Amino acid sequence: MKDMDLADIVGEAVEHVLTYTGGNTRRVYVTPIETPYPHGKLIVSRTDTQGIITQCNQSFVDMSGYSEAELIGQPHCLLRHPDMPAAAFRDLWETVQAGRQWNGYVKNLRKDGGHYWVYATVVPNVRDGKIVGFTSVRREPSREKVAAAEAQYQEMRGS
Amino acid sequence: MTINFTVSPSFPNERISDWYIFNTWLQRALSVPIHLELYNSFGAQRAAIAEGKVDLIYANPFDASLLVREKGFRAIARPEGPPDEMVVITGTDSPAREIRDLQPGTRLACSDDPCVNTVGRILLEPANLDDSNTVEHRRETYIQVARELLRGEADIGFLPVEAFEGFSPLVRRDLRALVTSELHVIRHVFLVGPAVAERTDELTALLLSMHESDKGRGILEALGARRLLPVQHEDVEFMIDIISTLDQ
Repeated sequence: MKDMDLADIVGEAVEHVLTYTGGNTRRVYVTPIETPYPHGKLIVSRTDTQGIITQCNQSFVDMSGYSEAELIGQPHCLLRHPDMPAAAFRDLWETVQAGRQWNGYVKNLRKDGGHYWVYATVVPNVRDGKIVGFTSVRREPSREKVAAAEAQYQEMRGS
Repeated sequence: MTINFTVSPSFPNERISDWYIFNTWLQRALSVPIHLELYNSFGAQRAAIAEGKVDLIYANPFDASLLVREKGFRAIARPEGPPDEMVVITGTDSPAREIRDLQPGTRLACSDDPCVNTVGRILLEPANLDDSNTVEHRRETYIQVARELLRGEADIGFLPVEAFEGFSPLVRRDLRALVTSELHVIRHVFLVGPAVAERTDELTALLLSMHESDKGRGILEALGARRLLPVQHEDVEFMIDIISTLDQ
Protein backbone atom coordinates (compact mmCIF):
# COMPACT_ATOMS: atom_id res chain seq x y z
CA MET A 1 0.00 0.00 0.00
CA LYS A 2 1.37 3.42 -0.98
CA ASP A 3 2.06 6.14 1.57
CA MET A 4 -0.46 8.95 1.72
CA ASP A 5 0.36 11.89 -0.52
CA LEU A 6 0.81 15.23 1.27
CA ALA A 7 -0.66 16.93 -1.81
CA ASP A 8 -4.03 15.28 -1.02
CA ILE A 9 -4.15 16.54 2.57
CA VAL A 10 -6.52 19.34 3.54
CA GLY A 11 -5.54 21.26 6.68
CA GLU A 12 -2.70 20.92 9.12
CA ALA A 13 -1.61 17.31 9.45
CA VAL A 14 0.37 15.13 11.85
CA GLU A 15 2.48 12.33 10.37
CA HIS A 16 2.17 8.72 11.63
CA VAL A 17 3.64 5.44 10.47
CA LEU A 18 1.17 2.56 10.71
CA THR A 19 2.40 -1.01 11.01
CA TYR A 20 -0.03 -3.65 9.77
CA THR A 21 -0.28 -7.35 10.56
CA GLY A 22 2.52 -8.98 8.57
CA GLY A 23 4.89 -6.09 9.19
CA ASN A 24 4.02 -3.78 6.27
CA THR A 25 4.12 -0.10 7.06
CA ARG A 26 2.42 2.99 5.64
CA ARG A 27 3.04 6.70 6.21
CA VAL A 28 -0.24 8.53 6.85
CA TYR A 29 -1.12 12.17 7.52
CA VAL A 30 -3.91 12.96 9.94
CA THR A 31 -5.87 16.17 10.46
CA PRO A 32 -8.50 16.77 13.18
CA ILE A 33 -11.23 17.45 10.59
CA GLU A 34 -14.29 15.22 10.90
CA THR A 35 -16.69 14.68 7.99
CA PRO A 36 -20.23 14.22 9.35
CA TYR A 37 -21.93 10.98 8.42
CA PRO A 38 -24.69 11.63 5.83
CA HIS A 39 -28.13 10.99 7.36
CA GLY A 40 -30.02 7.94 6.12
CA LYS A 41 -27.19 6.42 4.08
CA LEU A 42 -25.37 3.10 4.27
CA ILE A 43 -21.75 2.63 3.28
CA VAL A 44 -21.38 -0.80 1.71
CA SER A 45 -18.30 -2.64 0.53
CA ARG A 46 -17.17 -6.17 -0.15
CA THR A 47 -13.76 -7.73 0.12
CA ASP A 48 -12.27 -11.07 -0.82
CA THR A 49 -11.08 -13.43 1.90
CA GLN A 50 -7.78 -11.51 2.09
CA GLY A 51 -9.51 -8.20 2.85
CA ILE A 52 -8.97 -6.76 -0.64
CA ILE A 53 -11.83 -4.46 -1.72
CA THR A 54 -13.79 -5.95 -4.64
CA GLN A 55 -16.92 -3.78 -4.63
CA CYS A 56 -18.10 -0.54 -3.01
CA ASN A 57 -21.03 1.83 -3.25
CA GLN A 58 -21.13 5.56 -3.94
CA SER A 59 -21.43 6.44 -0.24
CA PHE A 60 -18.11 4.67 0.38
CA VAL A 61 -16.50 6.68 -2.42
CA ASP A 62 -17.99 9.95 -1.12
CA MET A 63 -17.02 9.42 2.50
CA SER A 64 -13.53 7.97 1.95
CA GLY A 65 -12.52 10.66 -0.53
CA TYR A 66 -11.00 8.07 -2.88
CA SER A 67 -12.36 7.28 -6.34
CA GLU A 68 -13.83 3.84 -6.92
CA ALA A 69 -10.84 2.96 -9.11
CA GLU A 70 -8.49 3.89 -6.26
CA LEU A 71 -10.42 1.70 -3.80
CA ILE A 72 -10.95 -1.49 -5.82
CA GLY A 73 -7.99 -3.83 -5.43
CA GLN A 74 -6.72 -2.11 -2.26
CA PRO A 75 -6.75 -3.68 1.20
CA HIS A 76 -9.59 -2.41 3.40
CA CYS A 77 -6.99 -1.21 5.94
CA LEU A 78 -6.38 1.68 3.53
CA LEU A 79 -8.92 3.47 5.74
CA ARG A 80 -7.27 2.60 9.02
CA HIS A 81 -6.91 5.60 11.32
CA PRO A 82 -3.95 5.65 13.74
CA ASP A 83 -6.39 6.32 16.61
CA MET A 84 -7.92 2.85 16.11
CA PRO A 85 -6.23 0.24 18.32
CA ALA A 86 -4.79 -2.73 16.44
CA ALA A 87 -6.63 -5.04 18.85
CA ALA A 88 -10.00 -3.90 17.48
CA PHE A 89 -9.11 -4.99 13.95
CA ARG A 90 -7.54 -8.21 15.22
CA ASP A 91 -10.85 -9.00 16.93
CA LEU A 92 -12.79 -8.12 13.75
CA TRP A 93 -10.62 -10.33 11.58
CA GLU A 94 -10.66 -13.30 13.96
CA THR A 95 -14.45 -13.04 14.38
CA VAL A 96 -15.37 -12.95 10.69
CA GLN A 97 -12.83 -15.59 9.72
CA ALA A 98 -14.52 -17.86 12.28
CA GLY A 99 -17.76 -17.33 10.33
CA ARG A 100 -19.41 -14.90 12.76
CA GLN A 101 -20.60 -11.31 12.44
CA TRP A 102 -18.58 -8.47 13.95
CA ASN A 103 -19.82 -5.03 14.85
CA GLY A 104 -18.31 -1.99 16.45
CA TYR A 105 -17.61 1.71 16.22
CA VAL A 106 -14.82 2.63 13.82
CA LYS A 107 -12.95 5.85 13.09
CA ASN A 108 -11.95 5.79 9.43
CA LEU A 109 -9.18 7.77 7.77
CA ARG A 110 -10.06 9.73 4.64
CA LYS A 111 -7.80 10.35 1.67
CA ASP A 112 -7.57 14.03 2.69
CA GLY A 113 -6.33 13.16 6.22
CA GLY A 114 -9.69 13.82 7.90
CA HIS A 115 -11.90 11.15 9.43
CA TYR A 116 -15.47 9.91 9.81
CA TRP A 117 -17.05 7.69 12.45
CA VAL A 118 -19.30 4.74 11.61
CA TYR A 119 -21.09 1.89 13.28
CA ALA A 120 -19.80 -1.04 11.25
CA THR A 121 -21.10 -4.58 10.85
CA VAL A 122 -19.03 -7.11 8.95
CA VAL A 123 -20.48 -10.44 7.82
CA PRO A 124 -18.82 -13.38 6.13
CA ASN A 125 -20.28 -14.19 2.70
CA VAL A 126 -20.98 -17.90 2.97
CA ARG A 127 -21.71 -19.69 -0.32
CA ASP A 128 -22.14 -23.48 -0.45
CA GLY A 129 -20.79 -23.67 3.07
CA LYS A 130 -17.58 -21.77 2.30
CA ILE A 131 -16.54 -18.21 3.19
CA VAL A 132 -15.89 -16.49 -0.15
CA GLY A 133 -15.49 -12.93 1.11
CA PHE A 134 -16.82 -10.35 3.54
CA THR A 135 -19.46 -7.64 3.35
CA SER A 136 -19.14 -4.53 5.49
CA VAL A 137 -22.10 -2.23 6.10
CA ARG A 138 -21.59 1.06 7.94
CA ARG A 139 -24.25 3.36 9.31
CA GLU A 140 -24.56 6.59 11.28
CA PRO A 141 -23.64 6.28 14.97
CA SER A 142 -24.91 8.45 17.82
CA ARG A 143 -22.49 11.04 19.21
CA GLU A 144 -22.77 9.42 22.67
CA LYS A 145 -21.65 6.05 21.31
CA VAL A 146 -18.81 7.69 19.40
CA ALA A 147 -17.63 9.50 22.56
CA ALA A 148 -17.68 6.22 24.49
CA ALA A 149 -15.75 4.40 21.73
CA GLU A 150 -13.22 7.22 21.52
CA ALA A 151 -12.54 6.99 25.26
CA GLN A 152 -12.31 3.19 25.12
CA TYR A 153 -9.89 3.21 22.17
CA GLN A 154 -7.72 5.84 23.84
CA GLU A 155 -7.50 3.60 26.91
CA MET A 156 -6.67 0.57 24.75
CA ARG A 157 -3.84 2.52 23.11
CA GLY A 158 -2.57 3.35 26.59
CA SER A 159 -2.42 7.09 25.99
CA MET B 1 -51.39 -29.08 -9.09
CA THR B 2 -52.39 -25.64 -7.83
CA ILE B 3 -49.66 -23.04 -7.32
CA ASN B 4 -50.10 -21.00 -4.14
CA PHE B 5 -49.19 -17.40 -4.79
CA THR B 6 -49.00 -14.52 -2.32
CA VAL B 7 -47.81 -10.93 -2.24
CA SER B 8 -46.04 -9.17 0.62
CA PRO B 9 -48.68 -7.12 2.50
CA SER B 10 -46.54 -4.00 1.95
CA PHE B 11 -48.47 -2.91 -1.18
CA PRO B 12 -51.14 -0.16 -1.06
CA ASN B 13 -54.77 -1.31 -0.67
CA GLU B 14 -55.74 0.23 -4.01
CA ARG B 15 -53.64 -2.45 -5.71
CA ILE B 16 -55.55 -5.46 -4.36
CA SER B 17 -57.65 -5.82 -7.52
CA ASP B 18 -54.54 -5.31 -9.68
CA TRP B 19 -52.86 -8.28 -8.01
CA TYR B 20 -55.95 -10.42 -8.73
CA ILE B 21 -55.76 -9.34 -12.39
CA PHE B 22 -52.05 -10.22 -12.39
CA ASN B 23 -52.92 -13.63 -10.96
CA THR B 24 -55.56 -14.29 -13.65
CA TRP B 25 -53.09 -13.30 -16.36
CA LEU B 26 -50.40 -15.58 -14.94
CA GLN B 27 -52.82 -18.47 -14.55
CA ARG B 28 -53.87 -18.24 -18.20
CA ALA B 29 -50.34 -17.80 -19.47
CA LEU B 30 -49.08 -20.78 -17.47
CA SER B 31 -52.19 -22.93 -17.98
CA VAL B 32 -52.23 -24.08 -14.38
CA PRO B 33 -54.53 -23.12 -11.49
CA ILE B 34 -52.95 -20.45 -9.30
CA HIS B 35 -54.49 -19.55 -5.98
CA LEU B 36 -53.76 -16.00 -4.85
CA GLU B 37 -53.94 -15.47 -1.09
CA LEU B 38 -53.44 -11.91 0.14
CA TYR B 39 -52.68 -11.95 3.85
CA ASN B 40 -53.65 -8.88 5.83
CA SER B 41 -50.57 -8.94 8.05
CA PHE B 42 -46.92 -9.91 7.84
CA GLY B 43 -47.43 -12.28 10.75
CA ALA B 44 -50.21 -14.17 8.96
CA GLN B 45 -48.09 -14.41 5.82
CA ARG B 46 -45.07 -15.69 7.76
CA ALA B 47 -47.27 -18.34 9.39
CA ALA B 48 -48.43 -19.46 5.93
CA ILE B 49 -44.81 -19.61 4.75
CA ALA B 50 -43.89 -21.71 7.80
CA GLU B 51 -46.75 -24.11 7.02
CA GLY B 52 -45.51 -24.54 3.43
CA LYS B 53 -48.57 -22.83 1.96
CA VAL B 54 -46.58 -20.58 -0.41
CA ASP B 55 -45.06 -21.62 -3.76
CA LEU B 56 -44.70 -18.27 -5.49
CA ILE B 57 -44.33 -14.92 -3.72
CA TYR B 58 -43.66 -11.28 -4.41
CA ALA B 59 -41.63 -10.87 -1.23
CA ASN B 60 -40.31 -7.93 0.73
CA PRO B 61 -36.51 -8.02 1.20
CA PHE B 62 -36.65 -9.38 4.76
CA ASP B 63 -38.97 -12.26 3.91
CA ALA B 64 -36.82 -12.92 0.83
CA SER B 65 -33.90 -13.54 3.19
CA LEU B 66 -35.82 -16.14 5.14
CA LEU B 67 -37.22 -17.81 2.03
CA VAL B 68 -33.92 -18.04 0.15
CA ARG B 69 -31.65 -19.00 3.03
CA GLU B 70 -34.01 -21.25 5.00
CA LYS B 71 -36.70 -22.47 2.61
CA GLY B 72 -34.79 -23.01 -0.63
CA PHE B 73 -36.67 -20.39 -2.70
CA ARG B 74 -35.04 -18.84 -5.79
CA ALA B 75 -35.32 -15.22 -6.88
CA ILE B 76 -36.45 -14.93 -10.50
CA ALA B 77 -37.44 -11.32 -11.17
CA ARG B 78 -37.76 -7.84 -9.74
CA PRO B 79 -39.49 -4.67 -10.92
CA GLU B 80 -37.45 -2.10 -12.79
CA GLY B 81 -37.14 1.09 -10.82
CA PRO B 82 -35.77 2.47 -7.60
CA PRO B 83 -35.09 0.17 -4.63
CA ASP B 84 -37.15 0.16 -1.41
CA GLU B 85 -36.53 3.12 0.90
CA MET B 86 -38.13 4.11 4.21
CA VAL B 87 -39.03 7.42 5.79
CA VAL B 88 -39.40 8.61 9.38
CA ILE B 89 -42.26 11.10 9.42
CA THR B 90 -43.49 13.60 11.96
CA GLY B 91 -46.24 16.22 12.17
CA THR B 92 -45.59 19.56 10.50
CA ASP B 93 -45.93 21.28 13.89
CA SER B 94 -43.39 18.98 15.60
CA PRO B 95 -40.45 20.82 17.19
CA ALA B 96 -38.05 18.14 15.86
CA ARG B 97 -36.22 19.34 12.75
CA GLU B 98 -33.92 16.33 12.49
CA ILE B 99 -33.54 12.89 14.08
CA ARG B 100 -31.07 14.12 16.70
CA ASP B 101 -33.76 16.44 18.09
CA LEU B 102 -35.83 13.42 19.21
CA GLN B 103 -35.75 12.66 22.92
CA PRO B 104 -36.10 9.49 25.03
CA GLY B 105 -39.78 8.68 25.49
CA THR B 106 -40.56 9.41 21.82
CA ARG B 107 -43.85 7.74 20.80
CA LEU B 108 -43.50 5.99 17.46
CA ALA B 109 -46.24 4.57 15.27
CA CYS B 110 -45.45 1.71 12.92
CA SER B 111 -47.02 -1.20 11.07
CA ASP B 112 -45.82 -4.80 11.42
CA ASP B 113 -43.69 -4.48 8.25
CA PRO B 114 -40.34 -5.99 9.36
CA CYS B 115 -38.40 -4.23 6.64
CA VAL B 116 -39.73 -0.75 7.38
CA ASN B 117 -39.38 -1.20 11.12
CA THR B 118 -35.79 -2.45 11.00
CA VAL B 119 -34.67 0.39 8.76
CA GLY B 120 -36.74 2.87 10.80
CA ARG B 121 -34.94 1.76 13.97
CA ILE B 122 -31.57 2.25 12.23
CA LEU B 123 -32.59 5.77 11.26
CA LEU B 124 -33.23 6.51 14.97
CA GLU B 125 -29.77 5.34 16.11
CA PRO B 126 -28.09 8.76 15.69
CA ALA B 127 -30.50 10.04 18.40
CA ASN B 128 -29.49 7.12 20.64
CA LEU B 129 -33.08 5.86 20.55
CA ASP B 130 -33.98 2.19 20.59
CA ASP B 131 -36.82 0.01 21.81
CA SER B 132 -35.76 0.56 25.44
CA ASN B 133 -36.39 4.32 25.41
CA THR B 134 -39.22 4.71 22.88
CA VAL B 135 -42.91 3.82 23.08
CA GLU B 136 -44.10 1.80 20.09
CA HIS B 137 -47.69 1.98 18.81
CA ARG B 138 -48.31 -0.92 16.37
CA ARG B 139 -51.02 -0.29 13.80
CA GLU B 140 -52.34 -2.52 11.04
CA THR B 141 -51.94 -0.22 8.05
CA TYR B 142 -49.74 2.64 6.91
CA ILE B 143 -52.65 5.06 6.89
CA GLN B 144 -53.33 4.20 10.53
CA VAL B 145 -49.70 5.08 11.24
CA ALA B 146 -50.26 8.48 9.62
CA ARG B 147 -53.49 8.98 11.61
CA GLU B 148 -51.62 8.44 14.90
CA LEU B 149 -49.47 11.44 14.04
CA LEU B 150 -52.34 13.56 12.77
CA ARG B 151 -54.22 12.98 16.05
CA GLY B 152 -51.12 13.80 18.10
CA GLU B 153 -51.01 10.28 19.57
CA ALA B 154 -47.52 9.58 18.22
CA ASP B 155 -44.47 11.81 17.66
CA ILE B 156 -42.99 9.95 14.69
CA GLY B 157 -43.98 7.17 12.29
CA PHE B 158 -42.19 4.63 10.11
CA LEU B 159 -43.39 4.22 6.52
CA PRO B 160 -42.16 2.99 3.15
CA VAL B 161 -41.45 6.03 0.95
CA GLU B 162 -43.93 4.72 -1.61
CA ALA B 163 -46.75 4.65 0.98
CA PHE B 164 -45.93 8.15 2.24
CA GLU B 165 -45.86 9.55 -1.27
CA GLY B 166 -49.12 7.76 -2.06
CA PHE B 167 -51.08 9.56 0.68
CA SER B 168 -53.61 12.17 -0.41
CA PRO B 169 -52.47 15.82 -0.33
CA LEU B 170 -54.87 16.31 2.59
CA VAL B 171 -53.01 13.75 4.72
CA ARG B 172 -49.54 14.81 3.57
CA ARG B 173 -50.25 18.47 4.26
CA ASP B 174 -49.84 17.94 8.02
CA LEU B 175 -46.88 15.53 7.83
CA ARG B 176 -43.24 15.90 6.91
CA ALA B 177 -40.21 13.64 6.54
CA LEU B 178 -37.56 13.85 9.25
CA VAL B 179 -35.18 11.57 7.39
CA THR B 180 -35.42 9.31 4.36
CA SER B 181 -33.20 6.27 3.96
CA GLU B 182 -30.83 6.09 1.02
CA LEU B 183 -29.81 2.47 1.27
CA HIS B 184 -30.02 1.72 -2.48
CA VAL B 185 -29.59 -1.98 -1.81
CA ILE B 186 -32.86 -3.67 -0.83
CA ARG B 187 -35.86 -4.41 -3.01
CA HIS B 188 -38.91 -6.65 -3.44
CA VAL B 189 -38.41 -9.77 -5.58
CA PHE B 190 -40.45 -12.59 -7.07
CA LEU B 191 -39.41 -15.92 -5.53
CA VAL B 192 -40.25 -19.48 -6.56
CA GLY B 193 -40.41 -22.24 -3.98
CA PRO B 194 -38.96 -25.75 -4.23
CA ALA B 195 -42.39 -27.35 -4.79
CA VAL B 196 -42.68 -25.68 -8.20
CA ALA B 197 -38.98 -25.72 -9.04
CA GLU B 198 -39.63 -27.56 -12.31
CA ARG B 199 -41.62 -24.57 -13.59
CA THR B 200 -39.00 -21.95 -12.62
CA ASP B 201 -37.69 -21.40 -16.16
CA GLU B 202 -41.19 -21.11 -17.59
CA LEU B 203 -42.30 -18.67 -14.88
CA THR B 204 -39.15 -16.59 -15.27
CA ALA B 205 -39.55 -16.34 -19.05
CA LEU B 206 -43.19 -15.29 -18.67
CA LEU B 207 -42.48 -12.58 -16.12
CA LEU B 208 -39.47 -11.17 -17.96
CA SER B 209 -41.39 -10.89 -21.24
CA MET B 210 -44.60 -9.59 -19.66
CA HIS B 211 -44.03 -6.00 -20.81
CA GLU B 212 -43.88 -7.12 -24.45
CA SER B 213 -47.66 -7.51 -24.77
CA ASP B 214 -50.18 -4.68 -24.32
CA LYS B 215 -52.10 -6.70 -21.77
CA GLY B 216 -49.00 -7.60 -19.71
CA ARG B 217 -47.68 -4.04 -19.89
CA GLY B 218 -51.02 -2.67 -18.67
CA ILE B 219 -51.05 -5.02 -15.68
CA LEU B 220 -47.48 -4.11 -14.77
CA GLU B 221 -48.20 -0.40 -15.02
CA ALA B 222 -51.20 -0.80 -12.71
CA LEU B 223 -48.82 -2.41 -10.20
CA GLY B 224 -46.38 0.49 -10.54
CA ALA B 225 -43.74 -1.17 -12.72
CA ARG B 226 -42.70 -0.68 -16.34
CA ARG B 227 -41.15 -4.12 -16.68
CA LEU B 228 -39.65 -6.96 -14.70
CA LEU B 229 -35.91 -7.56 -14.77
CA PRO B 230 -33.91 -10.74 -14.22
CA VAL B 231 -32.28 -11.32 -10.85
CA GLN B 232 -28.97 -13.12 -10.47
CA HIS B 233 -28.90 -15.47 -7.51
CA GLU B 234 -25.68 -13.83 -6.25
CA ASP B 235 -27.36 -10.39 -6.26
CA VAL B 236 -29.99 -11.75 -3.88
CA GLU B 237 -27.37 -13.46 -1.72
CA PHE B 238 -25.54 -10.11 -1.48
CA MET B 239 -28.79 -8.34 -0.54
CA ILE B 240 -29.38 -10.95 2.16
CA ASP B 241 -25.83 -10.47 3.50
CA ILE B 242 -26.55 -6.74 3.78
CA ILE B 243 -29.94 -7.29 5.41
CA SER B 244 -28.31 -9.61 7.96
CA THR B 245 -26.19 -6.66 9.14
CA LEU B 246 -29.20 -4.43 9.74
CA ASP B 247 -30.48 -6.37 12.74
CA GLN B 248 -27.18 -5.89 14.58
